[in-house]
Amino acid sequence: MVAETADAAASGIIRYTWVIALLPFISAALILFFGKRVPGKGSGFGILAVGAGFVMSLAVLWHFVQGGGIYASSVSWFSVGSFEIELGQYVDGLTAVMLVVVTAVSLCVHVYSLGYMHGDVRFTWFYVVLSLFTGAMLNVVIADNLIQLLVGWEIMGVCSYLLIGHWYEEKENSDAAIKAFLTTRVGDVPFMFGIFALIFATGFTTSNIHEISELVGGPGVSASLVSAAALLLFGGTIGKSAQFPLHVWLPDAMAGPTPVSALIHAATMVAAGVYLVGRMYQVFLAADPMVLQVVGIVGGITMFGAALLALVQFDIKKVLAYSTISQLAYMVILMSVGEAGRNAAFFHLFTHAFFKALLFLGAGSVIHAVHSNDMRDMGGLRRTMPVTFWTFVIGSAALAGLPPLAGFWSKDELLVAASEGHEVVFTLLLVAAVITAFYTTRMVLMTFFGELRSDAHPHESPASMTGPLVALAGATLAVGFLGAGPAGAVFFDWVFLEHPEAVELVPWVAGLSIAAAVLGVVVGWFVYRRYRDPDPTLEMGGFSRILVNKYYLDDVYLKGIVHPIRDTVSAGVYWFNQHVLDGVVNGAARVTRRAASAIGWFDRTVIDGAVNGAGQVTRGFSGVLRFIQTGNVQWYAVALFVGVIALTIVFVRIA
Amino acid sequence: MIRLPLILIFSAFLFSAGVYGVLARRNAVMVLMAIELMLNAVNVNLVAFAAQLGDITGQVFALFVIAVAAAEVGIGLAIVILIFRNRATINVDEVNLLKW
Amino acid sequence: MSAQEYAFIVLAVVGSASAIAVVTARNVVHAALYLVLSLLSVGGVYLVLGAEFVAWVQILIYVGAIVILFLFGLMLTKAPIGRDTLDNQRRWLGALVGLGIFAGLVFMIQDAFDVRGDAWAFEPVQATTEQVGSAMFRSYILPFEAISFLLLAALIGAVVLARKDDAA
Repeated sequence: MVAETADAAASGIIRYTWVIALLPFISAALILFFGKRVPGKGSGFGILAVGAGFVMSLAVLWHFVQGGGIYASSVSWFSVGSFEIELGQYVDGLTAVMLVVVTAVSLCVHVYSLGYMHGDVRFTWFYVVLSLFTGAMLNVVIADNLIQLLVGWEIMGVCSYLLIGHWYEEKENSDAAIKAFLTTRVGDVPFMFGIFALIFATGFTTSNIHEISELVGGPGVSASLVSAAALLLFGGTIGKSAQFPLHVWLPDAMAGPTPVSALIHAATMVAAGVYLVGRMYQVFLAADPMVLQVVGIVGGITMFGAALLALVQFDIKKVLAYSTISQLAYMVILMSVGEAGRNAAFFHLFTHAFFKALLFLGAGSVIHAVHSNDMRDMGGLRRTMPVTFWTFVIGSAALAGLPPLAGFWSKDELLVAASEGHEVVFTLLLVAAVITAFYTTRMVLMTFFGELRSDAHPHESPASMTGPLVALAGATLAVGFLGAGPAGAVFFDWVFLEHPEAVELVPWVAGLSIAAAVLGVVVGWFVYRRYRDPDPTLEMGGFSRILVNKYYLDDVYLKGIVHPIRDTVSAGVYWFNQHVLDGVVNGAARVTRRAASAIGWFDRTVIDGAVNGAGQVTRGFSGVLRFIQTGNVQWYAVALFVGVIALTIVFVRIA
Repeated sequence: MIRLPLILIFSAFLFSAGVYGVLARRNAVMVLMAIELMLNAVNVNLVAFAAQLGDITGQVFALFVIAVAAAEVGIGLAIVILIFRNRATINVDEVNLLKW
Repeated sequence: MSAQEYAFIVLAVVGSASAIAVVTARNVVHAALYLVLSLLSVGGVYLVLGAEFVAWVQILIYVGAIVILFLFGLMLTKAPIGRDTLDNQRRWLGALVGLGIFAGLVFMIQDAFDVRGDAWAFEPVQATTEQVGSAMFRSYILPFEAISFLLLAALIGAVVLARKDDAA
């Protein structure tokens, strides 16, 4: 059963949007089975699939640029009673934009990995999981119902685990992978309950997002249930998008290969949480306003806490990780502000994907050259790695929010949306902008300026790595204008088929945001112009200690949750498994062995006895019967005479 | 006056002795001799009844038996000699080619 | 018990004893001689029973020809001497069977005839050679011819069998 919306007259490429999500799955299977035997070790399949997906995504986006309409279709997958579960696609402007983002970043990562993962022990497997992940994320983006979205969501979780733990020979890598998986899991459980609550609240008829969005807020739907569902859904966002208190996995996830960090932890997976909130925004609007306040508070705490933590990091990837958490929190706060905020959040999501991926890949290039993640081992790399340097600077400028780059426009949208009646949020955002610019400058200065502080001999990375850097830098430069007020803010036209109100450039807001960014850059310049050892951020006494220990949150989790469970429940389950379950299994095995030996005895003694006995009986009979033919004449005579006697007796007796 | 049963018992005895000889002797010629005994026993029977009944048929028959016995012994011994030539033995236990 | 009966009993005892001796002698030549004795006693019994012709034919053929044949046979086949070489393992079985036959026959005789009493005592009819001859050549001419055929066949057969194979 294929259901289509009124705009079903859509023709051409948009009907086949689902192919974009299918291609990476096919390529994952191909790489899995044939990857090792193909020249290029499977990377070709992945690049082809994602590249084709990218081209198709552009075509789909073009459909919307030209003012095309929404397209949705689905097929029935299976049904539970009267509840039908479908597989379908819901293609609107937001979907198209997300498709472009995901395929573009994934393509860059695929190409980048050719150089970065060259000679890796599990090169082919890496591409398998990379394709699988891309397919799952694309599935999340085009899903038209919550169940399908959940499927993609979970697959992403697994792929993230596999990719973070790619070099699992080091225990800390596999530990980080498990931490990531479990922590996002903690968020996934409320997410699932949220889905169930929503389905139940809307009368248990559909899991289709569009339909739910329309039903929610209508009569007969329990508002408290909807509020609860919204909160639960947000739980999934907290987990996947690394918000407080489940942000702890993202910094540790930097143990994975850098292309993975770029793909997953910059552009796609972490964005899925924000995307979820945006997609289900009608639910949030229909819920109690308290829900959105909670969203805002969580975002606020996360933004600040993460930005401060970035100050004391020396691992360049960890700086970027905390920066990502902070930026995501930006988006979350925006979501809590209202529909205008939602639009702005999506724009920031869009631009952040590009420049964060750029920054990660650039960091990977630097790490590759210096063979160390630690910024204290770097320095002066702008001379030896010019391409990396300039692209990195562009990304950093975008991150700090300097015009005319993408970051500025989206931050501007943030601030404009927040300035309408949310003064506290506004102030917080400004302060956070200062801190963001500060740590970004610190990162750039420590890495690229000054003198090299290690024995490494850095050289520029190969073209397969610098190519994506340049491409992403170009994208970063360009996409900012798509949402810029002066340029018409066409982004919002494409995505939301609407022209939001507060998109003009409000001068005082823009001026404040520029000032904040510049302030941060200048202070950073002054502090880090010359390399300072020990780093000033570590010299702030107790404050530094708290930051270095990440607010002791990891310790709380470890000692408060993990250890108690491990030592009691896990130990108990382990004991149960070893003694009861294994006991049952071993016991069954023992019983089977006994039965088998009994049957064996039976077989040997009784059955073989019967068979052998039959043989013996036959031998006995034949032993007797063979006397009939001894060849000895006298014996025959004996038989004859005995027969005569017998017959005589018989006849005499009878007669 | 001779009691018939006595003659018959005598004949039976000769016959039994012949049977024992046929079964127990190893030498083929001995076996033939025992067969002669058995034939004689039969003859005694025939003649006895001929005498008792006054019918000459018994005696005629006895003569025929003697003739047959003679022929049989001739052939029998010829065969025994042949066997002896082939196998260098006339032990009936050893001449058992008909065994299975 | 008449004189004939006495004569018969004496002859019977001798014949029986010598018959036993025939089948149990250790020396084959002794056995053959005992056979002569046995056959002679049987011939005597025939005489007692009034069958003159049969008696003389018995002595003539059996003792005179057949036993000689036996002796020739024994000589040509180098018959060994000694108990274990003459009697086989089945002695006891043969004895058993022999006794069984004897018992069976005696039982039948006793069942059909009155052994103790004189019911079956008879006076032997003296038969003349002329009677034998006329019976043979009149009533029993066919068997006679057949017998002569048989004797011819036996003769030829014996010659053929006993002939040494010439290298052809």
